[in-house]
Amino acid sequence: MNDRDWIPITAIENIPPRQGRSVCVEGAEIAIFNLNGRFLSIDNKCPHKGGPLCDGIVSGTSVVCPLHGRHYDLESGLGVRASEATAVATYPTRVENGVILVNLAAAHRFNEAVTG
Amino acid sequence: MKEQLVVIGNGMAGVACVEQILKQSHDFDITIFGDETHVNYNRIMLSLVLAGEKSSDEIVLNDLEWYQQNDIRARLGVKISQIDRENRVVIDDEGGRTEYDKLILATGSSAFIPPIPGVNKKNVHVFRTLDDTRELLQKARPGLKTVVIGGGLLGLEAARGLQVQGCEVTVVHLMDTLMERQLDATGGEYLKRKIESLGIRVMLPKQTAALCGNGRVEGLKFNSGEEIEAELVVIAAGIRPNAELAKKAGLAVGRGIQVNDYLETSDPRIFAVGECTEHRGQTFGLVAPLFEQGRVLAKALTGNREAPFNAGSPAAKLKIMGVDIFSAGSIDASEPGIETVRYEDPSIGAYKKLLLKNNRLQGVILVGDVEDELTYTDWIRKGTDLTEMRRQILFPPRNPDPGREIADMPDSETICGCNGVKKGDIIHAIHERGITTLGQLKQCTRASTSCGSCTGLCESLLRAVAPDFKEETKTSLCSCFPFSYEQLRDIIRGQKLKSVEEVLHVYGNRKGCEVCKPALSYMLDMVWCGDHEEDRSARFINDRVHANIQKDGTFSVIPRMRGGVTSAAELRKIADVADKYNVPMVKVTGSQRIDLLGIKKADLPAVWADLGMTSGQAYTKGVRMVKTCVGSEFCRFGVQDSTNAGIELERRLEHLFTPHKFKMGVVGCPRNCAEATVKDLGMVGQDGSWQVVVGGAAGKSVRKADLLITVETTEQALEACDLFFQYYRENANYLERSYDFVERLGIEKVRKETVYASDADKQNLLDRLARSKALAKDAWLEGAEPVNATQFVQIQPMEVVTAK
Repeated sequence: MNDRDWIPITAIENIPPRQGRSVCVEGAEIAIFNLNGRFLSIDNKCPHKGGPLCDGIVSGTSVVCPLHGRHYDLESGLGVRASEATAVATYPTRVENGVILVNLAAAHRFNEAVTG
Repeated sequence: MKEQLVVIGNGMAGVACVEQILKQSHDFDITIFGDETHVNYNRIMLSLVLAGEKSSDEIVLNDLEWYQQNDIRARLGVKISQIDRENRVVIDDEGGRTEYDKLILATGSSAFIPPIPGVNKKNVHVFRTLDDTRELLQKARPGLKTVVIGGGLLGLEAARGLQVQGCEVTVVHLMDTLMERQLDATGGEYLKRKIESLGIRVMLPKQTAALCGNGRVEGLKFNSGEEIEAELVVIAAGIRPNAELAKKAGLAVGRGIQVNDYLETSDPRIFAVGECTEHRGQTFGLVAPLFEQGRVLAKALTGNREAPFNAGSPAAKLKIMGVDIFSAGSIDASEPGIETVRYEDPSIGAYKKLLLKNNRLQGVILVGDVEDELTYTDWIRKGTDLTEMRRQILFPPRNPDPGREIADMPDSETICGCNGVKKGDIIHAIHERGITTLGQLKQCTRASTSCGSCTGLCESLLRAVAPDFKEETKTSLCSCFPFSYEQLRDIIRGQKLKSVEEVLHVYGNRKGCEVCKPALSYMLDMVWCGDHEEDRSARFINDRVHANIQKDGTFSVIPRMRGGVTSAAELRKIADVADKYNVPMVKVTGSQRIDLLGIKKADLPAVWADLGMTSGQAYTKGVRMVKTCVGSEFCRFGVQDSTNAGIELERRLEHLFTPHKFKMGVVGCPRNCAEATVKDLGMVGQDGSWQVVVGGAAGKSVRKADLLITVETTEQALEACDLFFQYYRENANYLERSYDFVERLGIEKVRKETVYASDADKQNLLDRLARSKALAKDAWLEGAEPVNATQFVQIQPMEVVTAK
């Protein structure tokens, strides 16, 4: 990974523990979550009906879409329930000097077969 | 003349023996002496009283009426100081003499106080009796540095109880394993971790050399030289049989009063049961064998001498909510021929150890997962040959139909080991007394009232035998917790938990989900009347931004318009907002309010500021609105001022949260134009009176509300509304609408516990409502003072990188 690919987003205190916030960066709308000090990023749009995942309730390392309750694992991007054979992209995320950095170039996306 | 039977000791063992005697015969004239001033209570439950989970009344086993009904003279608070065997008389410490033909010693045991210098200092306590418990409760206060000496069953339960009262608790244990009599080193380690995760410090192995302090205790000094502070010390270092009285009377006494297999002492007229006894060199500290002693003695005394007393295998269970520990049988792995089978999973804190000999279970240790305790107990008791099952013994197959298992059991099989209730007794009670609930069964047979481990069996039996069995619905809230909604509510209250994370960490799976988090948020708010730690991460998005999320991620805004009454100025402001923010739709709702749809999250604070109105709570499980008709102010049929009554009702309850959305209506005459009879709560005006109606619905279900009460004045009607409202808040399950709630409980019960409750109970409901109301505020105030800098605004990246 190239160091220049890491985009500084915001100070860590702007995302409260166990909550998410969305950010538009380079045309992508991503949701960043604070899992009690560990930060993870996924696509903000739920593949089901476009719900804002940043507004979902966090359950362990998953987030629940506020519109229709789909669960996504924040680490892998995969839908948690077998009946929800969908997935969202994940973005490498790290913290440096109290600032959250996201790497868009190294996004992990699933192929069409999974995301449907 | 009846034989004089005197019992010295009014504790569980003595009274249980008397109960057994009464079952066999009424040929005795019975006197019971108790040195405590209380009726017989369940000593095992004292730790729950200390933890605030039960009141002292709830642990009473035999109330005074029982003594009266059975013609038993209860001499409470009277200590027997001497037994004159020659004249067959007991002498109390006031010199009173009572003759006996037969004498039962049930003097119990006392806390063992180790010979440490300083144990007589002030604020050094033991934990044996209800009075001890009350004293500890008086002294316990938040932040009090408390040390419990002894890491056995009782010490740990005392530690948790005191911690729940707010004390800073340290457990000091002499051995290097907690509960070493019931656990091995690994099990002890798992227990230690769990206890520490509750916030209790554990220090071991630590031998206390002295209690320091000038008059009152200030600290402990260990043999190692180390010292710790302590403002309160509880000694729970084991028990000693109370055998002095027997010894003075010249009876054979070892560590306890020596008894044979029929509980006879060395004097044929004197018997002994309970923790004061020593049988074949063994003394006792757990309740089940003591009840067995009582049964054997009762039979022997009434001339039905049958099987001799057999202490059986001990079984112990820790009674700390969320810390599951069970141990039964012999756990000594060093015995020849013992094989051990083990399972452990540190991530869930579960540990199981089975000790087998010749393919038969000898003992078991369960930590963190005690679901199979009954199966294991059964295997130990019956000596079941497990050769065929060896692959499954760690996770024995659960019987898909517990009714069958119970059907196969013989009537003579014991269901409740603590109280010696057999299957036949329960079936008899069900048929004779028409029992349909577990509660009734407990009251009638005592089954499942002591340690509670047979509750499942009792329920299965009820299900199989009682034709109208009513399940006390206890389904768990979600898979994050092994507890039901009601149990969690009790846990939060009893354990004084104030935040969702705390509840999840100690009693749940530490994760939580979209089902339990909002439910717990509600429960905490309700239980602590708003004085809890609000955690927005546990709330649905609507309750984080105080607006209703729509299918496209925008929000709808409905300002409060009490009673559906508005003004030209308000309407002008709404129109201006609609223009300024290009609101795609402005809609009149079915609740006599105005909805602005399609507002962006980031615009919410500005919209609220421009409106200058308060939140209508249309997005939450809370007080929605009061719909009203024009009433006597304008309507020619109106007989009550429904608009002003409705505005006042809304003002009293607005900004509060409820288990589900809560809609109200007030109408000025029975024509019911504002549909009060299909609202959660309604007031229907009559000529000279109001009907207050509850549990109506006109949504997914349609239900006509039930009449709660008819009253003369508006103030009386509003008070009835307050009572029902708070009662629903406290007793409904989360997401249970009032119409399901009223139907589940029945309107009679609702009436009895609200408008027809005692003045004190009514006042308590109103006081709790007032406390909640005092802390409730308009959620839209957060527009100007957000709880977090990014509550409403979208994050902007710090710098946009264009070149790579």
